Amino acid sequence: MPPPDPGAAKAAEAVAEQVFTALADPTRRAILATLAADGPATATDLSGRLPITRQAIAKHLALLTEAGLVTAEPGERRRVRYRLHSAPMQVAKQFLAALARDWDGPLAALQSHLDKAKDNDQQKEGDTQ
Amino acid sequence: MPFPDRIERTVELAHPPTTVWSALTTSEGLSAWFGNEASVDLRPGGKAWMKWDHGHTADMRVERIEEPAVFGFTWHINGLPQEDPRRTYVEFTLEPTTTGTRLTVVESGFAQLTDDAHRKAYNDNTGGWGSELGELAAYLDAAA
Repeated sequence: MPPPDPGAAKAAEAVAEQVFTALADPTRRAILATLAADGPATATDLSGRLPITRQAIAKHLALLTEAGLVTAEPGERRRVRYRLHSAPMQVAKQFLAALARDWDGPLAALQSHLDKAKDNDQQKEGDTQ
Repeated sequence: MPFPDRIERTVELAHPPTTVWSALTTSEGLSAWFGNEASVDLRPGGKAWMKWDHGHTADMRVERIEEPAVFGFTWHINGLPQEDPRRTYVEFTLEPTTTGTRLTVVESGFAQLTDDAHRKAYNDNTGGWGSELGELAAYLDAAA
């Protein structure tokens, strides 16, 4: 098992931070959720689907593009379409995995299993004597 | 505060290391406290798995065996796609004490990033479409 690479860990942290920052804002969450649910869309499409001005959407899309959470691609009639970019989400998921990992539960279960097994053994010994 | 790459817990158990070792490294032991079902091929590189009644399965690969002191395995990072190659390393260390065993579990590798994921997370966008779109817009403006 190679030792953890501090550079990579730091890079992962930077990516995750951008994801969590993006998700902390309800408007950006709505934009990302819409792109995830309905696929790539232009700023105009999004302003039709969300109760937010096109201007505000454009501002958030610029931030999300900068953070690498959406990618801009050429669409029809010179309109830029935005697509959800999932790689940073995978990185953020790793951090959630660390937070969601529960060792306390299993270790408590191990402790009570061992104690119970010992009690049973002692009881069995008592029975045969 | 950086995100945790490793998680460490220590518990004092009132049982000798050999008893704890069996609970950690055998199918019978693991299925009694960790999974609902378990199977262990106890040799370096051996496959092991645990299944839970709610449907979750953990596939493990045995990495380190120093009976009855160190047991290490790797497993898939929960929540990442099944095809993702990244795994965390779990190592149990058993130290004899006057009252039984001090058991330490360390799980590390949560913050690892493959070169591939690193490239994807960073470079896809920064160079890619952003600048190309700028060039496209400039080209179209010039043509108009």
